[in-house]
Order: sequence, then structure tokens, then C-alpha cells
Amino acid sequence: MTNQEVKASSSRFWRVLIYTTLIVFAAFYLLPLFVMLITSFKDLEELRQGNMLSLPQNWTIAAWIKAWGSACIGLTCEGINGYFWNSIKMVVPSVLISTLLGAINGYVLTKWRFKGDRWVFALMLFGCFIPFQIVLIPMSQILGNLGLAGTTTGLVLVHVTYGIGFATLFFRNYYAAFPTELVKAAMIDGASFLGIFWRILLPSSGPIIVVTVIWQFTNIWNDFLFGASFAAGESAPMTVALNNLVSSSTGVKEYNVDMAAAMIAALPTLLVYIVAGRYFVRGLMAGSVKG
Amino acid sequence: MTHTTDDWRGWVRHHLPKLVLSPSFAVTLFFVYGFILYTGLLSLTSSRMMPNFNLIGFENYSKLWQTLNWQVALNNLAIFGTLYIVICGLLGMFLAILLDQKIRGEGFLRPIYLYPMALSFIVTGTAWKWFLNPGLGLEKTMHEWGWTSFKFDWLINSDMAIYTVVIAAVWQSSGFVMAMFLAGLRGIDSEQVKAAQLDGASAVQTYWRIIIPQLRPVFLSAFVVLAHMAIKSYDLVVALTGGGPGNATEVPATFMYSYTFTRNQMGVGAASAMIMLMTIAAIIVPYLYAETREQRHD
Repeated sequence: MTNQEVKASSSRFWRVLIYTTLIVFAAFYLLPLFVMLITSFKDLEELRQGNMLSLPQNWTIAAWIKAWGSACIGLTCEGINGYFWNSIKMVVPSVLISTLLGAINGYVLTKWRFKGDRWVFALMLFGCFIPFQIVLIPMSQILGNLGLAGTTTGLVLVHVTYGIGFATLFFRNYYAAFPTELVKAAMIDGASFLGIFWRILLPSSGPIIVVTVIWQFTNIWNDFLFGASFAAGESAPMTVALNNLVSSSTGVKEYNVDMAAAMIAALPTLLVYIVAGRYFVRGLMAGSVKG
Repeated sequence: MTHTTDDWRGWVRHHLPKLVLSPSFAVTLFFVYGFILYTGLLSLTSSRMMPNFNLIGFENYSKLWQTLNWQVALNNLAIFGTLYIVICGLLGMFLAILLDQKIRGEGFLRPIYLYPMALSFIVTGTAWKWFLNPGLGLEKTMHEWGWTSFKFDWLINSDMAIYTVVIAAVWQSSGFVMAMFLAGLRGIDSEQVKAAQLDGASAVQTYWRIIIPQLRPVFLSAFVVLAHMAIKSYDLVVALTGGGPGNATEVPATFMYSYTFTRNQMGVGAASAMIMLMTIAAIIVPYLYAETREQRHD
């Protein structure tokens, strides 16, 4: 072999090695989801006898039907569907309100700067990162005093409160890059505060609205701490119900039902990720790299 | 009369931006900073099942540090946090460097590495709990494949259970770290890299001397994000091990919850929450300060 050929074959060796490594890791990331999915389509007998990694011999959606409609969570055996709707009822208003507030806050903080605005933003920003254990005790008291303990409305209040920070951060960073000249020109033309927001900034805010909505949706849907602390029982969100189902130790452990319930809990956010993954990643980066 | 109405209107118009911002700011002041002060105050009282305002100084803090469970929780956080940050960081960088080699199918692989980040930690915990189930999961599969001596009982082994939390957490977050590093790699000045290659530097040397040093900001961001997630981690532990077996996987977040809400030691629980807050503040505040200062120079 000539020198060139040695180089070429060694480079091919490296390419093969790189591709193999990347594929092995892809398998590592997919494996738990794959196992969860096929387990949910097996019957109990096959779980005990068969191999965790082998495809179901008799595909059945019985576990899904049971998880949705008749699995026992706590004292009631009506499945997780009620909790699924609890989560929807909690997520939709929380996302809408926090995104709207974030947009208008970002607009004020970038286009209507005032003395001390940096401090206002810094204080709101730090609020994004606190460990929520610090607010659990007073929040449960306040919700109790307002008569909102254990209600979905209470959870919406909590999620809006602690979601404003990130929403404001996203919109502020986005609007900071928006040409201030356009805003100034509109002001000279006599456009009002809200008119400028409505007619000039909002129409070009599509991408950041998508990013914020996805970020808030994922975080609030996936929340467990607030749900477990403030909405136990009938009004619990999906994640809390799932945990109750999985960790209950009465009767025969039906892993296929557990996995079906876990899949149902995962589907909304997975779906968002599949449809709009690009925006999801942008939100992640905006929420971390540029603090 | 009309005169004052006009004045009032003018005042509103002038201050409208601040008025619009003020509800959010007031909410933040009350629900973040007010609550921090309140929890701080409770940590100095003898509150047990219900809050009271009988001040006892720093007694709860000294009680906290003498509590065996808290020591276990801190020890676990140290093990979990270190491994989680180091493994996620190295794995994330490694995968990002591999993906940056003009890989065909990058657009296909990247989302696969990253999707666990979209899942709830409760789902992740449920999935891994089943996957690592000593009776029916990985162990049984290996036995059926002929490796009969294979033993994997970490989930129910007090000495090893914390490492299952590390595995599941790394699985969930490492793809995200990969994405951060990949963004960093794509932003690197290619002139310097080309110059190094012309000088005859090997690929490894180029990465070690030129590229990786330029990724310093990414390392910092990844560290801050991961450290802050590690200190907060609660859901995954609850779903995967429930803090057990026994108290083997107790972490500060589970400690705070159980002491406050089930063990009727609210003062101690509040003290533990304050320690968590201060630890996170020590990491986050300098970082946010540096980041917002940078923006000012732009």
C-alpha cells in the first residue's frame, strides 16, 4: 500500500468507528422508550414469561384501555383519563397567560426602558432558578387562605407565577434584537403604547411565541413538585396520577398498564417535540446559555 | 374637574409601560422574594406541623446538620451531582464532536439524542424502574440470553441505588448538553482551525489545543445548568427509587418535602430549603451577573 492508500483506509476505519459509536448511542437513548412501548402492548403472562426486549407475540391494547379507563389510582378505579384532562385544564390557561405577560414584559423592558429596569429584570430572572422547595410552605398557606388548595385554578396561579420569569426572559432577548428605530418612528407618528406592541412587534413575534409556548407547555405538563404539593387527590395532574399508579403496592403489579400510562403521560410533550423539535431546542438553549 | 381628569390621563399614558409591567413585578416580589423571607423566618422558629412565630435562633440549622438523614442526603447529592455533571459533560461533548464530523444523518441522530429532555422525570423514572427491575428487566433478559451469572440489583441495593438515579438522569440530560456543545462547535472560528491543520497538527491535537479551549463558555453554561438541576432534582428520585431502599437515595429535595409535610418538622424543613436556595444562589448569581454584564458591553 502506498502512503495515500494507508491514509485513506485509516480514515475509512475512523469513519466506520464514528458511525458505529453514534448508532450505539442512538440505541441507548431509544432503548427505554422502545421497552416502554412494547411492554405496554403485551399481556401480563408474556411479561412474566417472555423477554423484555422481544416484540409482543400477541399484540394487545388491553393495557392502554385499562390505563385510560379503569386502572386504580388511590381509591378510585377510573383510570388516568380524568387526570389527563386535569393536566390539560391546568396547562392551557397557564401557558396562555404566562406567554402573554412575558411578551408584554419583554416589550416594556426593551422598548420602554426606564431607570432601574435592569434590576427589575435581574430580580425576575433569578426567580426562574430558585429551588421551588423555598416557596412550598408559604404557597400552600396562601392557596389554603384563598380557598384554592387542591384545585386546578390554584395550580394555574402557581404555574403562571413561576412561569412569568422565563417567558419574560425569552421575549426580552428576542425584542432586544428588534430595531428600536421602527418603534421610535411609530411613536413620532403618534402610535400608542399598545398600538405599537399590537401592530409592530407582535406580528413579527411568531418564532418566539412558538418557543415560549413550547417551553411553558413542556415544563408545566411535566411538573410534579407543585402538582404533588398543591393538588393531591381528584384534581391531581397527570404526572402525580402516574406516580401514584406506578408506586401503589396493592394487588398484582401490572407493568404493562404502568407503561401504557407512562406513554400516555409522555405523548403530548413527545408529540410537540416531534412536530416542533427545532423550537423546543431553541427554548432550551435560550433558557440556559443566555441566562 | 376635567382638568384633573386630563392630568390623570396624561399620567397614566406616561406611566403605562411601568403600569403594565408592575403586576408581574409585584407577583415576583411577593411570591419569590416575600416567600423566601417567609421561609427564612420559619427556619428560625419552632414550627412543627403548622407555622408558628416562636423564634428559636439557629437551632433548626444545628439540628439539621446533626440529622443523619440530612447527612445522607448531602452525601447522595455529592455523589449524584458530581457523576451527573461530569458524565453528562463528557458524554455531551464527545457526542457533539462526533456529530460535528460531517456526519450523514445528523439531522436524524440529533433528535434521537435529545428527545428524553421532552419527557417528564416521572416518565423517565417509571421507564427505568421497569428496565432495571431485578426480577423482570435487564437481569432476566441477560439470563435468557445465556449470561446466567449476570446480576443487576442496583435498584434494591442500598449501596448502589443512587447510581441508578445517575444513569437515568444522564440518559435524560446528556443529549441536551450535546446540543449545547454542538452549538458551541458550530460557532468556532474556522480560520484558526485551518491554520493549525496547515501547521500539521493532528485531529486530536487540533481539538485539544484549539477547539476545546474555545468551548470554555459552553463548559461554564453546562456546569451551571446541570448543577442547578442536580440540586433541584426531586421528581426522578421519587419516581425511580422513592428515596429508598430505606433512605439510601435521600436527596435534599426529598428531605425537605418529607420533613416539612409528613414528619411535622416544618422548621427543619424550612432550614433545609434555605440551604438549597443558598447553594443554588452561589452558583447562579455570579453566572447571571457575568452574563448580563456581557450584554452591556455588546
